[in-house]
Amino acid sequence: MKSAQTDVIRVLVAKLGLDGHDRGAKVVARVLRDAGMEVIYSGLYKTPAQVVTAAIQEDVDVIGVSLLSGSHVPLFRELGRNLREQKAEHIFVVAGGVIPERDYPALLESGVDVVVPQEARAEVIISAIRDLVTARGRK
Amino acid sequence: MTLYSKAAIDEVRTRQGEWEARELDAALRSRPEEKERFATESGIPLKRIYTAADVADIPASDLGFPGAYPFTRGAYPTMYRGRPWTIRQVAGFGNPEATNQRYKYMIQTGQTGLSTDFDLPTLLGLDSDDPMSFGEVGRCGVAIDTIEDVDRLFDGIDLEKISVSLTINPSAWVVYSMFVAVAEQRGCDFTKLSGTLQADPLKEYVAQKEWIYPVRPAVRLLRDLIMYSAKATPRINPISLSGYHLSDVGGNAIQEIAFIMAFTIAYCDEVIEAGMNIDDFAPRLSFFFISHQDFFEQICKFRAARRVYAKLMAERFNAKKPESMRLRVHVQTAAMSLTKIEYQNNLMRTAIQALGAVLGGCQSMHTNGLDEAFAIPTEEAMKLAIRTQQIIRDEINVTSVIDPLGGSYFVERLTKDMEDEIWKVLHEVDERGGAIKLVEEGWFQQKLADSAYETFRKIDSGEKISVGVNRYVDESSSAADADIHPYDDDCTQLQIDRLNDVRSRRDNALVTRLLDELAEQALSDKTNLLPKTIELVKARATLGEICSRLRDVWGSYDEPLIV
Repeated sequence: MKSAQTDVIRVLVAKLGLDGHDRGAKVVARVLRDAGMEVIYSGLYKTPAQVVTAAIQEDVDVIGVSLLSGSHVPLFRELGRNLREQKAEHIFVVAGGVIPERDYPALLESGVDVVVPQEARAEVIISAIRDLVTARGRK
Repeated sequence: MTLYSKAAIDEVRTRQGEWEARELDAALRSRPEEKERFATESGIPLKRIYTAADVADIPASDLGFPGAYPFTRGAYPTMYRGRPWTIRQVAGFGNPEATNQRYKYMIQTGQTGLSTDFDLPTLLGLDSDDPMSFGEVGRCGVAIDTIEDVDRLFDGIDLEKISVSLTINPSAWVVYSMFVAVAEQRGCDFTKLSGTLQADPLKEYVAQKEWIYPVRPAVRLLRDLIMYSAKATPRINPISLSGYHLSDVGGNAIQEIAFIMAFTIAYCDEVIEAGMNIDDFAPRLSFFFISHQDFFEQICKFRAARRVYAKLMAERFNAKKPESMRLRVHVQTAAMSLTKIEYQNNLMRTAIQALGAVLGGCQSMHTNGLDEAFAIPTEEAMKLAIRTQQIIRDEINVTSVIDPLGGSYFVERLTKDMEDEIWKVLHEVDERGGAIKLVEEGWFQQKLADSAYETFRKIDSGEKISVGVNRYVDESSSAADADIHPYDDDCTQLQIDRLNDVRSRRDNALVTRLLDELAEQALSDKTNLLPKTIELVKARATLGEICSRLRDVWGSYDEPLIV
């Protein structure tokens, strides 16, 4: 799967559905890039299927999705379903944005690996991704 | 004529020199100041103390009087003594009936104007049964598909008596058409309809990111709306130029005002080019700003914005009516400042920001609910937000004197400094070819993304303090969730059922013919599209059908990918 010459973590920072709030996604993209990761930004208005296809094409380790529209539960469910359908469950999913803690279990059940809280510092976001990819080995 | 005589200024300078050599020098020796450099949020350096010498260069005519050019001291001659600002809390969720019920609750609590948030499908011109609407119907605003939904939304509400603000953007001209068609059905006098549409397309491409078409057709739709509304509904503001969102995506106070003024110039150029006189539409241009955390900078921002706008209208556009030069502003407190951790603190944050907006002279205001970092606010949170405004208005006597901070050396200096910075940006936009071109190139988008990143770094390093989050952290208080406004899972199906019902009842051949005629009109920019759109909504064409038909003509928009 992976070209294996490099240990550089590849991340697709993605926006799902109709949510246009992209401030956080763009800040996180820069934070991860500054931390030495290779970052691809999806742009807005992507369906779960489009995001999974892009993640496979770009051979990323992680999909990071930022959602502030309140539609996170159905959209992450769809994302998880698409990952399974497209046989891409080796790609980790990190969720961020405005997500009440009571929704964390539903998201984790849908295939989200980590939910990053809204007020997370840069190092928390970075290490959440590094821990996923390195500590548990590449899926 | 300046505010102080030269002799007085010289005297102050001499005394200040003496004070610096004696008292100040001794104090700094015994205890250095906490920081080497003090500055506003947008980076304007702040001195230790301001004196008459700091305002020596400001002409007295730049201050003027409230309700008179250049409006620095206020939009109206009596301000809150004559009429308090409008308490206008935005609400919108679920089916139209759900939002209607919330309106009635808020009116009963003492709200004085209505304001509607629409769900994302409605904003983006999609029907509730569109595949892209999956999961979004009625989620962060009310779902509107047809004219009948607008009728339900304002059921039992007298549209001649209460002003209605509609936070609608790319599809604004359709929702406006539905609104006036409903008013017509009810036999309303159009000259009594009052309210505001947001309908500010350029800020969408750079900030809020809701679009249907490429930039130029979107601006043309706004032009049509401004020109139609000026004649048909003279008390409706067809646009609310929204600096708020520029701030929300990271813009500082200077960028908020400078960019929105650049957009104002672009819109005025369009309407004037189409043959309308500036004084026939400028009085109905309205504004929407944030009231953010840097208290004095925000107050000065409102004052500077009024002055810049007045000068722009008078000097650049040769407006003659004072109403064309009067900047009226709706304010919302800063959602970005709210935290999930110790969310009760958001009440204090919001109250202080609201006070800033009042001292800055706002015309209407939305105070955020303390739970808005979680979801759309609950009834209880909205009640507290309304109470916050009522306490400021009725308990603490800040409304008796107009522009109470006017004349403060510091406030006048900072107002002037901000004005100067705003003009610098406006000159740069002119030199680079104007706002529409720069939006297409992503110039504003890059500036805002850079500011957002800089702010994040400041919070991350602790340089910018967020109480309870990166300072005074109480580990035990981090996990609490607020009560959250529930989402109605049946909302989508009800909208879909209603769409099917409308489509089965209406004259489909008529709708098809009218859609064809609309598409034909859209091919050139000569015809105003509003009359045909109003015919369409009356014939029960859906919002999605109308918007998608024009997408066939104009295409959609590809964003320049800027990170």
